[in-house]
Amino acid sequence: MSINWYKYAAPSSFYFLAGKLIPFFTVLAVIFLVAGLYIGFFVAPTDFQQGEAYRIIFIHVPAAWMSMFLYVVMAFWAGIGLAFNTRLSSMFATAIAPTGALFTFIALWTGAWWGKPMWGTWWVWDARLTSELILLFLYIGFMSLQAAIDDPRRADKAGAVIALVGVVNIPIIYFSVQWWNTLHQGASVSVMQSPKMATAMLVGMLVMVLAAWMYSIAVILLRARNIILERESHTSWVAELRGTTR
Amino acid sequence: MIWDSWSDFFNMGGYGLYVWGSYLATFICVIGEILMVKRSARTLRQQLSLTKESILRERKDEATS
Repeated sequence: MSINWYKYAAPSSFYFLAGKLIPFFTVLAVIFLVAGLYIGFFVAPTDFQQGEAYRIIFIHVPAAWMSMFLYVVMAFWAGIGLAFNTRLSSMFATAIAPTGALFTFIALWTGAWWGKPMWGTWWVWDARLTSELILLFLYIGFMSLQAAIDDPRRADKAGAVIALVGVVNIPIIYFSVQWWNTLHQGASVSVMQSPKMATAMLVGMLVMVLAAWMYSIAVILLRARNIILERESHTSWVAELRGTTR
Repeated sequence: MIWDSWSDFFNMGGYGLYVWGSYLATFICVIGEILMVKRSARTLRQQLSLTKESILRERKDEATS
């Protein structure tokens, strides 16, 4: 079976495709969320060092991973849009930004609420935390810059530049725990000692990562559909949707 | 079983405030995002005067094409 992928580079085709994909990813997100929370709260045992407080990991790590991953995907599509002048790629980058910002905020928030009982402080200006905060500012900068420019194509281009420049922050976040002395722990999975404990905790965390993935895809497709409809409102296919031309 | 009772579960070994503070905030953020996207979809459809009927036609069009 051959699929003509170029067909979906047209905003109109993608609009319909996204509409069909959203229910699928929504269902998967709910399934993974329920399974992940069940494993996280009823299967994964108490941590020998951190007690029950470690259970924040099941949202903190997926949110932190998504915050970085979504930024790279956003910058990629923004870059493609800038280089090849493809409208849909730029719209997609715009659709990703708020969800990326949301996950960044969640990672910072849950980190603070985890840091307070474990480190005795909500916040420290160390490398990991500061670079993650900069990530939040990059998302906000991208969104406000695009919102400030009236012409959508110019907004796409300006946003792409800021997104691409900001990519340099991603390896800084990722390697910050190795490069600098930091309060933040290194790889979270290696903290556990007993392999049996590690398994249930790790599985719970990975299922929550999948839930975050599916949720992100569903909500980004929803937002992409809004953006497509808004930007293409003058076109004939939207008019056809309205039923005025037949 | 990890938890002796529901109150034990909500207490989270004394870390209840921090664990539930994290989960509640995340829940509010996610629900808030969904509601915002859904609301802008609704306003947009109204602005473009896309009715339920035209959305149904969209599905039919896709099925036939």
